[in-house]
Amino acid sequence: MPGWARAMIQSEPRNAFDLTIGKSPFEVGGRRGTATTINGTVPGPLLRFQEGDEVTLRVHNRLREDTSIHWHGLLLPNDQDGVPGVTFNGIRPDETFTYRFPIRQSGTYWYHSHSGFQEQTGVYGPIIIDPKGADPVQYDREYIVMLSDWTFEDPNRVFAKLKKHSDYYNFHKRTFGDFLADVRDKGLGQAMAERKMWSEMRMMRTDIADVTGATYTYLMNGLGPDANWTGLFKPGERVRLRFINGSAMSYFDVRIPGLPMTVVSTDGQNIDPVETDEFRISVAETYDVVVEPKADQAYTIFAESMDRSGYARGTLAPRENMQAGVPQRRKPFLLTMQDMGMGGMGGMAGAKAGEKMTSDRDHGGHDMSAMDHSGHDMSGMKLKDGAAGGMAMDGMDMMDAGHNHPGGPGVAMEAMNPQERLDDPGNGLGDDGWRVLTYSQLRSLSPNPDPRPPEREVELHLTSNMERYMWSFDGLKFNEVDGPILFTYGERLRLTLVNDTMMAHPIHLHGMFVELETGADQRPLKHVVNVEPGTKRSMLITANERGDWAFHCHLLYHMAGGMFRVVRVADAPHASAGASHSVHGNHGEAIK
Amino acid sequence: MKSLTLTLIAGLLVTGPALAQEGGPTFPESRHETKHEMGGQLQYMVMADRLEWQSNNGDEVLAWEGSAWYGGNYNRLWIDTEGEALIDGETEEAEASLLYGRAVSPYFDIRAGVRQDFEPDAKTYAQLGVMGLAPYWFEIDANAYLSEDGDLTASFEAEYELLLTQRLVLQPRVETGFAFQDVADRDLGAGFTDIEAGVRLRYEIKREIAPYIGVSWSRPLGETSSIASRLGEKENNISAVIGFRLWY
Repeated sequence: MPGWARAMIQSEPRNAFDLTIGKSPFEVGGRRGTATTINGTVPGPLLRFQEGDEVTLRVHNRLREDTSIHWHGLLLPNDQDGVPGVTFNGIRPDETFTYRFPIRQSGTYWYHSHSGFQEQTGVYGPIIIDPKGADPVQYDREYIVMLSDWTFEDPNRVFAKLKKHSDYYNFHKRTFGDFLADVRDKGLGQAMAERKMWSEMRMMRTDIADVTGATYTYLMNGLGPDANWTGLFKPGERVRLRFINGSAMSYFDVRIPGLPMTVVSTDGQNIDPVETDEFRISVAETYDVVVEPKADQAYTIFAESMDRSGYARGTLAPRENMQAGVPQRRKPFLLTMQDMGMGGMGGMAGAKAGEKMTSDRDHGGHDMSAMDHSGHDMSGMKLKDGAAGGMAMDGMDMMDAGHNHPGGPGVAMEAMNPQERLDDPGNGLGDDGWRVLTYSQLRSLSPNPDPRPPEREVELHLTSNMERYMWSFDGLKFNEVDGPILFTYGERLRLTLVNDTMMAHPIHLHGMFVELETGADQRPLKHVVNVEPGTKRSMLITANERGDWAFHCHLLYHMAGGMFRVVRVADAPHASAGASHSVHGNHGEAIK
Repeated sequence: MKSLTLTLIAGLLVTGPALAQEGGPTFPESRHETKHEMGGQLQYMVMADRLEWQSNNGDEVLAWEGSAWYGGNYNRLWIDTEGEALIDGETEEAEASLLYGRAVSPYFDIRAGVRQDFEPDAKTYAQLGVMGLAPYWFEIDANAYLSEDGDLTASFEAEYELLLTQRLVLQPRVETGFAFQDVADRDLGAGFTDIEAGVRLRYEIKREIAPYIGVSWSRPLGETSSIASRLGEKENNISAVIGFRLWY
């Protein structure tokens, strides 16, 4: 465990760090394994910077393979971004790479390897940047709460298993017993109709997480649930918790029973404070919350994995060795037709347009009552491979207009009528009788710097074939793509992401913040946007950082499956004559 | 987006790449590796779908059906093998295929190559087939074979998996053969030649390791059935099976 997780975190920023990537023993849940570590710990050391400083980060590679560090969410010169094959060549064994860049922002961020599966095996750590001026967030004490997922398996093996059987780690599939329960609850006809519909499409309603608690131990600050990471407080203090999801694959739903949380920033950027009881943190997002525990008692920080197969857990307590009750895990939710991008379809007559089929959340209801019209039940979606053949597809052609990308073996499905659903807290949330944060509640604390409306729109579809474990943008895996996605330097554009898959994807653009279009007058700045299944989400971007930037799904095995692109920000050809600067000057240097 | 890209490319061609928007990757050597790591990996799989003992009316038999593949998402090299051996040593049937497989749709692959029979005697075939996942989760494998003697035969196999629990899986399976003409040296008559239907109940200790028990029934059909009775073979063959399903 790193020092910052053991006691109070260091409060003095520094402008130089040495980071050594190597192999170290790692123990969790009474079992020992080997982790890939930064300075010997999982997570790595806290990097605390001061806004305005120029920082120097010397990364020493003590592995037998290449490594790299990407500074997640930081604005920096392109060649400092740390993505092998995109912004530099990576760091060879026994080499040191020195990153040097000015710090232009403040807030909570993190860093991680961008090489192979090193992120899964431990190469990640937190970054805090203290603001140049006064911090709008008032607090007496602060902690980092870094969530992650650990497996004793070789991640190459995890990926290989998913390639062969993508449901390998899913141990809450629908069984014959579930079917009998459905028959009891809904009648034979209804239960059969549901089964028929989902199996006809070859889609699993239980495919929430590809990698689950069947192999993962979920960590809070490097500790398993039993080790109970603890942060101390004095009753009445304002405690700032900087949540970072450093997982390879796991979304978490976070709450502190008995303590309302005031969310003050996300992805390092301050927002109008909003009080809530629970929030979903997708992979690679950060949320800062302030809590004010007034009682002399312990509180459990409960971070339940989205698929409910496990949890990370810690404690806020006035003294050491105290703990509060640990909540029961909720039942996993089932995917609905809405997750196939059929929300609000005419063919769904009877289901509330654009709304979640709420009864589905507790499995008990008649969520598919609208679907019991065989022949018409799938009129709203387009399935590949002829499954839709013979189904009523009337009136659907016009809705297909947005899908002008290749299909083929890598694209199993297209969302016909994706909704934004920004006021939806996410699948499986919102029905527990407490408040849950939604994207629509996020409003930037300060006005957006670029008032221009977008000059053009770029639409990208998140595409997949779960059976083959292929993941892509617009039907093309990165290894099949030749050129980058082009942004013209200085342009203002709208990027719309349409999720044609049954899973949520945390989409990360390197190098620039995106302004998520939530309807707020001051759009929240994000470096990761969670795109729930069957939704589309749009964001405004000012392309003001030159160079080639990685753009990808932050689920590690989805990225490895091909869901990765390069965005190139460069001058428009006609405007670039005589430009003398280089897009890829090399600020860093490799020394033996 | 596409038309804009095209416009940009066109503009580039006219004005020349002062600061190329289009152009190759900046780090070609590591880019190659990055592309490989993000969608271009090659995998392999070895599986013994059935590795079992069959009671076979007292003539105990060891039967196997398995395959292995190597490749990426679209192109794979396959080896299939299937056969039966009497428990006291004689191999009754043994065959293997070497196939190139190509993904042609989200759920189906077309495979083509050669099949070699080793028992009851050596015979070579050209093989063309389709395998994949049909609606309702039926796993399908259908193949046509053209032998070196010019005989055309076909086989069709379908499996389904019913989850009793997360680890206990009931798998019905049906397989049938078809001959487009009589095949004298295999005792086949034109038409459907045989059917085998079975159900196996497996327990997945790990996903990769699953012992099973089951029952299998088979009988020759049509003209083949007449040939079989002339040869004094039993019509209906009901067998208990015990085996393992293994993969890596």
